[in-house]
Amino acid sequence: MKTAICIKRVPDTEARIRVAGDGTSVDESGLKFVVSPYDEFAVEAALRLKDATGEGETVSISLGGSGAGEQLRATLAMGVDRAIRLDGEGSMDGLAVARALAAELKELGPDLVLCGMKAADDDQQQVGPMLAELLGMPCVTVVSSIEKEGDTLVCHREVEGGTEVVEVDLPAVVTVTKGEHEPRYPSLKGIMAAKKKPLEEKPAEGAESRVKVRRYSEPPPRPEGKVVGEGAEAVPELVRLLREEAKVL
Amino acid sequence: MAKVLAVVEQRDGTLKRVSEEVVSAARKVADGIGGEVDALIIGAAGIGDAAKSLGTFGADRVIAVEAEALSSYNPEGYAEALAERAKAEDYFAVLFAATASGRDLAPRVAAKLDVPMASEATELEVEDGELLITRPVYTGKLFAEVTLEGSPRVVTLRQNVFRPEENPRQATVETVSADVDPTAWKVRVREVRAGSGETLDVAEAPVVVSGGRGLRGPENWGLLEDLAGALGSRCALGASRAVVDAGWRPHGEQVGQTGKTVSPQLYFAVAISGAIQHLAGMRTASTIVAINKDADAPIFKVADYGIVGDAFEVVPRLTEEIRKLKG
Repeated sequence: MKTAICIKRVPDTEARIRVAGDGTSVDESGLKFVVSPYDEFAVEAALRLKDATGEGETVSISLGGSGAGEQLRATLAMGVDRAIRLDGEGSMDGLAVARALAAELKELGPDLVLCGMKAADDDQQQVGPMLAELLGMPCVTVVSSIEKEGDTLVCHREVEGGTEVVEVDLPAVVTVTKGEHEPRYPSLKGIMAAKKKPLEEKPAEGAESRVKVRRYSEPPPRPEGKVVGEGAEAVPELVRLLREEAKVL
Repeated sequence: MAKVLAVVEQRDGTLKRVSEEVVSAARKVADGIGGEVDALIIGAAGIGDAAKSLGTFGADRVIAVEAEALSSYNPEGYAEALAERAKAEDYFAVLFAATASGRDLAPRVAAKLDVPMASEATELEVEDGELLITRPVYTGKLFAEVTLEGSPRVVTLRQNVFRPEENPRQATVETVSADVDPTAWKVRVREVRAGSGETLDVAEAPVVVSGGRGLRGPENWGLLEDLAGALGSRCALGASRAVVDAGWRPHGEQVGQTGKTVSPQLYFAVAISGAIQHLAGMRTASTIVAINKDADAPIFKVADYGIVGDAFEVVPRLTEEIRKLKG
């Protein structure tokens, strides 16, 4: 089985994000970049499927500038076999991103395409299902565990207040959430091996973003709150404020 | 005439409450462009009647796509049926709720229509005939104001943000049958587990009680369950990442980056210090209450009301007072 994992380079989730001077982009100076955490879950899911079946090839793909090579290497260190960087710029237009990825995936011909359920920067949950449409594959989103049964996958899907057990025929696109996919740390051996694994670079098939960002802004600061008091004695006053001032009880 | 399509949801034949939010938002957009609102519902025969009440919130017409095979959500069947309806008229925008199925469905429909989309909008405004969409990025650390170059504009709306507003009219109901072939579907739902329809998810609950590591262990969650119980059936439990990483609570309850983003009307952060990832996931709550031993905890910076104190003393008292109030 050939599994492709789509990954994205994003700022560390611990980082404070600032608007750049132009107002329509993010100030990247001093930011540390990581593999989007959800994409790490996808890598973990791919490696587990390979471990379980004992066969197959895993390929990680990213649309991005040269910096994204660092994140692709990180996936190789985790255990992915090879990587492809589509040289280009991502954007908030999920369909444009999906188009660039789909062009490469059509050539690659994977049995399974895994994506993180969303990117930790744009928070959109678009690319996976859009890719599936472009590739003519079925898609299961927000999956917490995957098992292979012949030519189908059995996926557990997190939905409001419960879990759906869904089966999907391969080839398919699956978007992954944490669930059982706590990502492994790369071993020293893995990191050394990653240096020798192939990382191919190709120009991305360009599709201009049709999502126009007019401006970024910081969220309005929340009005200064009040400490009602200390300990359990403060509770009656809190309840009064919630009822009479905030009107939420 | 330009129109707005509000895609509404049902569960087991009953209209989901979030539908009122979507229709209310659609009404505002339609008023901005001088158009009408169509509310689209998909389900088994008779589902149109369940949606007729949406006239109250500004729907001019309810379109019910009825087919036995579409009685519950299926991505392929729903996307097909929906894309067909969206093409049938000149829609300015197609609005979905950012629910599990809305998030699953909207990007497929956008791809089928070959139009860009915006996810998780928290504000919509029509300006000079263009739709300005405000949406959080970086889990709410920033907001982006975007426009979409394509028509219809496909947008999902964050839950609990767009308030239902009455704007009554007599909605007509139009029923269309869908020609679907379930045998061609490649995704099949085998079963739905756990309290679907009973337990409210943390992402959709209007009241959330979240616990952090300060609660010392999973055995102490009874404290929060009691408080949630006193607050009523529309309350859900949440948890900090530390708690989920420690295996005390399931990932489905995690609030913040790598977990869920919530915007309830009332949020209790109990023994949660307030790491940046957590704050990002809940800062759009209308009212935030923090209970923490540490007066310097960052959670107090975003809280509207705080009590500095031991959760083990404060929470039981709070539960008792709320029980008295709800008597």
